[in-house]
Amino acid sequence: MSLLGEDIVTEDGEFVINMGPQHPSTHGVLHLKIWLDGETIKRVQPHLGYIHRSIEKMSENLSYRNFIFATSRMDYLSAHINNEACALCVEKGLQIEATPRAQVIRILMAELTRLSSHQLWWGCTGLDLGAVTPFFYAFREREAIMEIMEETCGARLTMNYMVPGGVMYDIHPNFQKRVKDVMKQIKNNLHEYFEILTGNVIFENRTKGVGYLSKEDAISYGVTGPTGRASGVSCDVRKWFPYEGYDKVQFDEILDNCGDCYARYMVRMKEMDQSVSIIEQLIDNIPEGDFQTKTKNVIKLPKGEFYQRVETARGELGVFIVSDGAASPYRIKYRSPNFSNLSAIDHMARGAKIGDLIAIMATLDLVIPDIDR
Amino acid sequence: MEKLTNRYVQINRDPMTFGEKIYIPAIAKGLSITLSHIFRKKATVSYPEQKRPFSPVYRGLHILNRDEEGRERCTACGLCALACPAEAITMEAAERKPGEEHLYREEKYAAKYEINMLRCIFCGYCEEACPKDAVYLSETLMPSNYTRQSFIYKKEDLLIPEHKKQDDK
Repeated sequence: MSLLGEDIVTEDGEFVINMGPQHPSTHGVLHLKIWLDGETIKRVQPHLGYIHRSIEKMSENLSYRNFIFATSRMDYLSAHINNEACALCVEKGLQIEATPRAQVIRILMAELTRLSSHQLWWGCTGLDLGAVTPFFYAFREREAIMEIMEETCGARLTMNYMVPGGVMYDIHPNFQKRVKDVMKQIKNNLHEYFEILTGNVIFENRTKGVGYLSKEDAISYGVTGPTGRASGVSCDVRKWFPYEGYDKVQFDEILDNCGDCYARYMVRMKEMDQSVSIIEQLIDNIPEGDFQTKTKNVIKLPKGEFYQRVETARGELGVFIVSDGAASPYRIKYRSPNFSNLSAIDHMARGAKIGDLIAIMATLDLVIPDIDR
Repeated sequence: MEKLTNRYVQINRDPMTFGEKIYIPAIAKGLSITLSHIFRKKATVSYPEQKRPFSPVYRGLHILNRDEEGRERCTACGLCALACPAEAITMEAAERKPGEEHLYREEKYAAKYEINMLRCIFCGYCEEACPKDAVYLSETLMPSNYTRQSFIYKKEDLLIPEHKKQDDK
């Protein structure tokens, strides 16, 4: 009797089960090995690498213009922000800046991506915790944002809209009108979201006090994004290291010091409000001008190391490029938010029940391709 | 909590009231919301009968373009193959012979032009790289098929059929 080379029951009488890699609540091919005492979790061990595609190594053979595409496949729900990080890093190496128009378009797109990502997360969280209706409502609103993306970027999920120096095309003439319509709709729907899921007593009982992560632990595990901010770590890159003119827009950083699943839920819900407010500030103020700074056909970065961090929907994404002066990077390293966030799952789940692990995983908002890369 | 940035919002957490603690109001509220959605406009489209139009910049299936006189625009320069991050495009160049001026626009043309649609990621870099506006991504989806071989699109599959041009006249 062996399960992946180990006994089902250990010498201490702990029961070992495998959750995943194709479990309905793991949002992809995440494989968690769980040591159980009765129903209480003793230890959780994530097994990674099921969809490793060696994006970092692949990028070493691609030009600086081309390697950006691969990052849309990392965290596919915030594909746009990943592309933005790479474009910004290359721009940093070239010592150029995107045109003012491109910068505003980028912020708008990034916030739309964040909204759609959080909406998908909201639906999936509801689904994981036994509420099916949120899933349909979330996808309905997300579809409106996806249509905007399709109209302007040319694709729905892997947008690939960023190029070093700006954006690929100009925005669609309908863009502003459609975004305003969607924002009006989303503001109404956010109210509905709170009514249907947040105030529900079953949901609150399943999330409040579950999966506690203290501020010190969050810092030591490198947990960032909404997950970190729910533990009281002020880690919003948009505030700390403003890029693309995020310092010019008014928005609040959402913090909570409760550190449980409900806090993570609330931080994301409040972040949607902030995203809407950022979009509303900028949508009427898109400056005129070029949407792209002229760059050479073959981009060559000077010798050196370049690092750029951005705030994706899940946390801090860092892009580190080592250049030896050639037309393709010598080495690329991505610091992906999900990898660090996942590392805290063992700490959070110890002592909890199996059902709580689902709530913890749902509110961590894991995207598996971002962990494996 | 330590105040780290200049502006932040603290989430307040009030305990549940008695009315919230008993399950029945929560269930009734949820049901009333879902029931109210019955009378709203449908969000779905019955797909094969109705189709949403694609935007002009949509990156779908590739098309090899012809010029106004129906001649092939592609000169097999290889820039699209070079720009392709997925290495999906292969081509072979050939020289135009006398008497073929009505077929090919310039002296060099692509004798073989293949795109492996299973490798293609529809990023649109080939369209951006093409100096002759020969290859562009159309507003159609790639059809599914049974064999891997059928996903390697030859030049004949990609070119706009010539009779279309005659219809225009």
